[in-house]
Amino acid sequence: MTQKDALFNYTLRLADDALILGHRLGEWCSKAPILEEDLALTNIALDMIGRTESLLRYAAQVEGMGHSEDDLAYKRAERKFYNHLLCEQPNGDFAQTMVRQLFISHFEQLLYTELMKSSDATIAAIAGKAIKEINYHCRHAKDWCIRLGDGTAESRDRMQKAIETLWMYTGELFEADETDEWMQEAGIAPDLKSLAGPWKTAVMDVLSEATLSLPDAHYMQTGSKKGIHSEHLGYILAEMQYLQRAYPDAKW
Amino acid sequence: MENIQDTQWPLWEVFIQSQPGTPYKHAGSVHGSDKAIAMQNARDTYTRRNEGCSLWIVPSSAIVASEPSDSEMFFDPANDKAYRHPTFYTMPEGALNI
Repeated sequence: MTQKDALFNYTLRLADDALILGHRLGEWCSKAPILEEDLALTNIALDMIGRTESLLRYAAQVEGMGHSEDDLAYKRAERKFYNHLLCEQPNGDFAQTMVRQLFISHFEQLLYTELMKSSDATIAAIAGKAIKEINYHCRHAKDWCIRLGDGTAESRDRMQKAIETLWMYTGELFEADETDEWMQEAGIAPDLKSLAGPWKTAVMDVLSEATLSLPDAHYMQTGSKKGIHSEHLGYILAEMQYLQRAYPDAKW
Repeated sequence: MENIQDTQWPLWEVFIQSQPGTPYKHAGSVHGSDKAIAMQNARDTYTRRNEGCSLWIVPSSAIVASEPSDSEMFFDPANDKAYRHPTFYTMPEGALNI
């Protein structure tokens, strides 16, 4: 692996998280509990898609194979997607979506704060723009988790179930492989392990205010850094890539 | 109609300031379970296209509105009092804005 390969991989990982989570949040369009929340979730989805565009464009440039950001989004195979398993998990009920948002947005808040100091000017600039959006995503998720956790018996129950369902996908957020080591060495990205403690503290702060708790020791799922995914990603890609696969280079 | 219950959250009126120092203008209303959620909903509904730099939200129930039936009494008497507009003064030379 060269540093160029590592940078390409790393940029794809950042991009794929945003792309797949953006797609998931977009699935709430017209189905959210109330009109205002429909707008909020699709707003967040659009923040994610915007960030994806910048990151995939940069990834394509690093790759240097003449691909466009659309090629990377719509013509890449499932095994070449590197988003965290957490991002591809189904929306479930509103509680599950909010717990997923809580876990991911707090991880992104820590990660992108560090990426703003990246030695790679493009990544630092993208992070500088994204962090403002991420701070809002954190606020949105936190406010909902507190209200639902410390709400009715049913909302609390749904929240606790969502935490139990999703917790096993959080270990992967702090796993580092060769790509991460390259990035850390070059000062492009932070040491992922160093984010684990602050992340847990931030999440616990919200959950304890919400009268919710984390599961005891839990088996953690892994695989996305090698392109190994849960069964859900294939369905997302089938929907997302169908048009470009059936009608290559179709234009509006 | 009287059997139809409002199942929505409380209503809040949204006011946006477009630039620092300018007056807040009424933009519309949103539902919100409490003030923090209402504020987020107002932000998401009304400021997505650079409309403003600051928001006020007010419970709609706190707004006291004049009654349409009072309109004649309240507003019509002002119709023929043009002297209340400051248009009868001579502008001093050199003054640009008064």
